[in-house]
Amino acid sequence: MKSIAELDAIRKKALNNMKVKKENQGYRIIIGMATCGIAAGAVPIMNTFKEQLEKRNIKVPVSMTGCVGVCRLEPMADIIDDSGNKTTYIMLTPEKVERIVQNHIINGQVVSEYTINSTQAIF
Amino acid sequence: MHIYSSHVLVCSGTSCTSKKSPELIKKLEEGIKRKKLDEKIQVITTSCFGLCAEGPIVVVYPEGAIYSNVTLNDIDEIINEHLVKGRIVKRLLSGNNEGNNSYESADFFKKQVRIALRNCGVINPEIIEEYIAYDGYQALGKVLTTMTPEQVIDKVLDSGLRGRGGAGFPTGRKWLFAANAKGDKKYVCCNADEGDPGAFMDRSILEGDPHSIIEAMAIAAYGIGSDQGYIYVRAEYPIAVKRLNIAIDQAKELGLLGDKIFGTDFSFNLELRLGAGAFVCGEETALMTSIEGKRGEPRPRPPFPANKGLFQKPTILNNVETLSNIPIIILKGADWFKTIGTKKSPGTKVFAIGGKINNTGLVEIPMGTTLREVIYDIGGGIPNGKKFKAAQTGGPSGGCIPTEHLDVPIEYDTLIELGSMMGSGGLIIMDEDNCMVDIAKFFLEFSVDESCGKCPPCRIGTKRMYGILKRITEGKGEEGDIETLEELAETIQAAALCGLGKTSPNPVLSTLRYFRHEYEEHIVNKKCSAGVCKELLDYIIIPNDCMGCTKCIKVCPTKAITGKIKEPHIIDQEECIKCGACLEACPFGAIIRK
Repeated sequence: MKSIAELDAIRKKALNNMKVKKENQGYRIIIGMATCGIAAGAVPIMNTFKEQLEKRNIKVPVSMTGCVGVCRLEPMADIIDDSGNKTTYIMLTPEKVERIVQNHIINGQVVSEYTINSTQAIF
Repeated sequence: MHIYSSHVLVCSGTSCTSKKSPELIKKLEEGIKRKKLDEKIQVITTSCFGLCAEGPIVVVYPEGAIYSNVTLNDIDEIINEHLVKGRIVKRLLSGNNEGNNSYESADFFKKQVRIALRNCGVINPEIIEEYIAYDGYQALGKVLTTMTPEQVIDKVLDSGLRGRGGAGFPTGRKWLFAANAKGDKKYVCCNADEGDPGAFMDRSILEGDPHSIIEAMAIAAYGIGSDQGYIYVRAEYPIAVKRLNIAIDQAKELGLLGDKIFGTDFSFNLELRLGAGAFVCGEETALMTSIEGKRGEPRPRPPFPANKGLFQKPTILNNVETLSNIPIIILKGADWFKTIGTKKSPGTKVFAIGGKINNTGLVEIPMGTTLREVIYDIGGGIPNGKKFKAAQTGGPSGGCIPTEHLDVPIEYDTLIELGSMMGSGGLIIMDEDNCMVDIAKFFLEFSVDESCGKCPPCRIGTKRMYGILKRITEGKGEEGDIETLEELAETIQAAALCGLGKTSPNPVLSTLRYFRHEYEEHIVNKKCSAGVCKELLDYIIIPNDCMGCTKCIKVCPTKAITGKIKEPHIIDQEECIKCGACLEACPFGAIIRK
């Protein structure tokens, strides 16, 4: 690293890469992969997301992140759309992921009973 | 058999047909042929999907996109966008998405202020570019290119940041001592040997945002004039270790670690040291001894690490959470930081909430938030309608805070006044079913196990205290036990070598302060009203409620229960081992524990 300008260039490029893009179906999927998430089964969840997208020929980036603090609701995934709306799905299972890909990613309908604000979460 | 790569299903149920779906099929087939896709895409007429209100319905597989209210004018767009380019036509999808379903909108997050955890759950911790995208390494750049080391330390001093490891020593003062110390070589260390039972905020930061620690350590190194850093992390955190290693490699590759960072003369290298899981290695001098490759034992202070620390050189040691605050203080300024939290304890604190509470998890709150807000507004209260009894902070070095102090703001000094301490951030909630003598015994047992054995007050003193507590919970408490506990505690506090030893009696002292009556009840009445201490309990059958079903007789492992069918049974207290099997087996609730 030689200068701030170089850092800024990386920053600009990275921000662009992280942007939710139209050619990616207008979505970005982020899965919680800290110890809590992995212990609750985040690895099969990530695999299911990838398989389901591949099966349907859909290009949506699947990324990972750390712990947001509600470890008891793991495995969790955020789906961010191109207008910046974030939907947090909780207590995922491969079956739930299949439905989320079908309903949310393909058909744009939030599967509200799996989200963090569903009654299931009991806040 | 011919294999098609896509299928377009058009509903031809009565409802959709009446809405002209046959014309849609015709137009689709013509359009597909015109694009020469008829070898790859098949149009299929199907029966009713059950979505008649939104018909005509067109479904495209393999994606499974369901288009509703499709008109003839939409067909070209479906062909051109979806079938040719593979982009779903969102405009035609049915349904609406009202309401906010992000985690930030949940009540659990509303009162939180995220500084240390700012990137956790946001960026991918294994990609340095994502950290950079969220202003990562900007603070290091700013420090190296526009600030002197003195200015860096002044800024941290001015921010009022205090050590988040538990004791709350001002971070800037620590840095200043090391900067002023004379030495050819100085070290920056990070304490990631998180050991308090139930605490895991440091792990979360290391796993979710490892670069913030690397950046902060580089800033600290510039401030005190060091070129070498160590992160001491427990080997029980394999994911944290893996991500730290990835982060260090990436930072080296981009020249954010190594020589001549940002084109200046500043060089900084960083290495990991794995701890084998001894609690005492979280104590600063023991940690440094362990990095040196020796047995992890504390050494007397003075000399303090700022003068003679790692390898006898001036050293600073900061906790993970403390460090994660540094970059943002540099970028946003000390004045901004001071607007959060309280005057004496600016900023936020991360707590790992556990125990008898609905929303367990990790929360970051501004200092000065009351315990009541944390437990009831963020934590969602106590499960099963039970009554709150006490909150334990500070792990084996801390103490309990009872109901009457629920409205005290959480900050370093108030917690010490209450006989507890901030600690690294474990917050264990207890309800009426927890016995405070048992809790004190639990934490003391931890200290006995983890005592390194170097100094007698800790090695022998805690063991003796534990022995007395054990006797009390077994119903063999004697008059004078409480006084002996207090005397031992005082001696350990005064004479133990390191901070861990000195604070190990705290759980006993604080429960004695607020729950002395429970100790007395155990010793004098031989009773445990919380129903925890097994030896002090009696299982009794209420004759009026007992139907004489003999279920309890069948499950009793010691044959302590006798009685005829359809007549009240009796438990022989001499034979009873208090296993509780009868209580669970009784269908009438006729067996009580008291």
